[in-house]
Amino acid sequence: METLKLALVQMAPALGLLERNLEAHLAWLATPEARSADLVVFPELSLTGYLLQDLVAEVARPIQEEGLLAPLLAASRERDIVVGMVEQSPEFLFHNAALYLSGGRIHHVHRKVYLPTYGMFDEGRYFAAGGRFEAVETRLGRLGLLICEDAWHLSSSYLLALQGAHTLLVLSGSPGRGLTGGGPAASVQTWERVGQVLSQFLTVHWAYVNRVGYEDGLAFAGGSYVSDPFGNLLLDGGENVEAIYRADLPLSALRRARTLTPLLRDEKPDLVLRHLEGIVRR
Amino acid sequence: MTQSIPPPVNPDLALAMIDRFLQEELGKTGLTGFVIGLSGGVDSALACALAVHAVGADRVLAVKMPYRTSAPQSEADADLLVGRFGIRSERVDISAVVDAHFEGDPGASALRRGNFMARMRMAVLFDRSSRDRSLVLGTSNKTELLLGYGTWYGDMASSLNPIGDLYKSQVWQLARHLTLPESVVDKPPSADLWPGQTDEGEMGLSYAEADAILYLLVDERCTAQEVAERGHSQAVVAKILTMVQRSQFKRRLPIIAKLSQRTVGIDFRYPRDWGR
Repeated sequence: METLKLALVQMAPALGLLERNLEAHLAWLATPEARSADLVVFPELSLTGYLLQDLVAEVARPIQEEGLLAPLLAASRERDIVVGMVEQSPEFLFHNAALYLSGGRIHHVHRKVYLPTYGMFDEGRYFAAGGRFEAVETRLGRLGLLICEDAWHLSSSYLLALQGAHTLLVLSGSPGRGLTGGGPAASVQTWERVGQVLSQFLTVHWAYVNRVGYEDGLAFAGGSYVSDPFGNLLLDGGENVEAIYRADLPLSALRRARTLTPLLRDEKPDLVLRHLEGIVRR
Repeated sequence: MTQSIPPPVNPDLALAMIDRFLQEELGKTGLTGFVIGLSGGVDSALACALAVHAVGADRVLAVKMPYRTSAPQSEADADLLVGRFGIRSERVDISAVVDAHFEGDPGASALRRGNFMARMRMAVLFDRSSRDRSLVLGTSNKTELLLGYGTWYGDMASSLNPIGDLYKSQVWQLARHLTLPESVVDKPPSADLWPGQTDEGEMGLSYAEADAILYLLVDERCTAQEVAERGHSQAVVAKILTMVQRSQFKRRLPIIAKLSQRTVGIDFRYPRDWGR
């Protein structure tokens, strides 16, 4: 594979309506943009909506191949798909989860590790936290999944990059806020800056897909983008519009970036480990 | 470079976000449009302009609800806006209802009378919204909401509020951006609940100072001490903090005595857009 053909679906899920959202997913997957992609990524909690509160327990589903996911799994025979939903674990814990679907199977599940519980966010009240950042070996190479706040912790993308993930997929549900600067909302600008810096530091591709639509006055901002291993934007999506975006991520860019700036080669995880042991056990 | 506090908003982005807010929330309810109490002041003028911008003039109804002591200029300004926006309007004189209520109670204070008028106007708007299958649009700005300068279940009552996250200075900024009439934008803000009333006179505060202090306290999370260090009087900061604290009840639904496992407003928590 020379190029990862990626589609990002900047959609507006309906709050708490699984069936309606499933229909919307299938409609997006039928678009020419999705059909020309190897991998189609939907935003955080794309099957359920974001501001669920007590609805979390009602829209949570076990991760199984029958039922809700069946039509998406069927579609994943054509191309890989990443969707967001509320996972009900076997222990009846509810996770904010991202599912990697491929070849008709549930290939990987990432459970959101960092649940923001401050300001407008209250996820720690409703969700159980995941405990791992694991790179996923896929037919498209090694990828990493992050859900929104996960990406705000440096360790998450660092750990995925060290595991060999060449592309990090960030599923987001970020409300637009901060209108007193010029240009897009401050939150949109900040997200772009974060991805550009981290993709350059880690010499990876970084694909960010944020939802749009309104929930109780929160305006999810969109602004999906892709940053390349040099920190340049390959794709800069619009704000506040439903859209599907296509980007071609050339693997050759990884080689060039890592040749010019072999930061990953020179990483010293053993040093980090020694320090962390000292910090944690102090 | 000195930036005014609070800083101006990006007007085009604010308009785009409020447009979609009004369009999407109206769409979710399946109702037909908006009804708004048009006082002739800048807040309701801006809210009305935003509604027209978002859904078009034919889906916005303005209701003028004068009391017999209301300033004639208020209604003249409301008429000017109705003409300018090309929207439907109705006039409901609330004098008879209000006077009937206070008949035999001549000692009722201006505050009681003012609150009652605000609640009668609310009742008229919700009646119109029921008749027309429309939503009542709120016109309280962020300054008023934080200071509690409004009547609970009166002018603070609405279904959707497009301007509640804009300080008064930002309301003026957007109103000028949308080139609303100068007579509306430039007049001293007044609830017009009794003759000669002005907001700033009644509160004992200028909006410029209130906005700056509130922005630092609320948006920037400064402490009272840090606000004072930026050149604001400690007494005024303290007064504003007291106003915010004492009016907290107005920003909440009534609290309920918790008895059961799950209680409305405490641990029965669903978004308002539940299933929409």
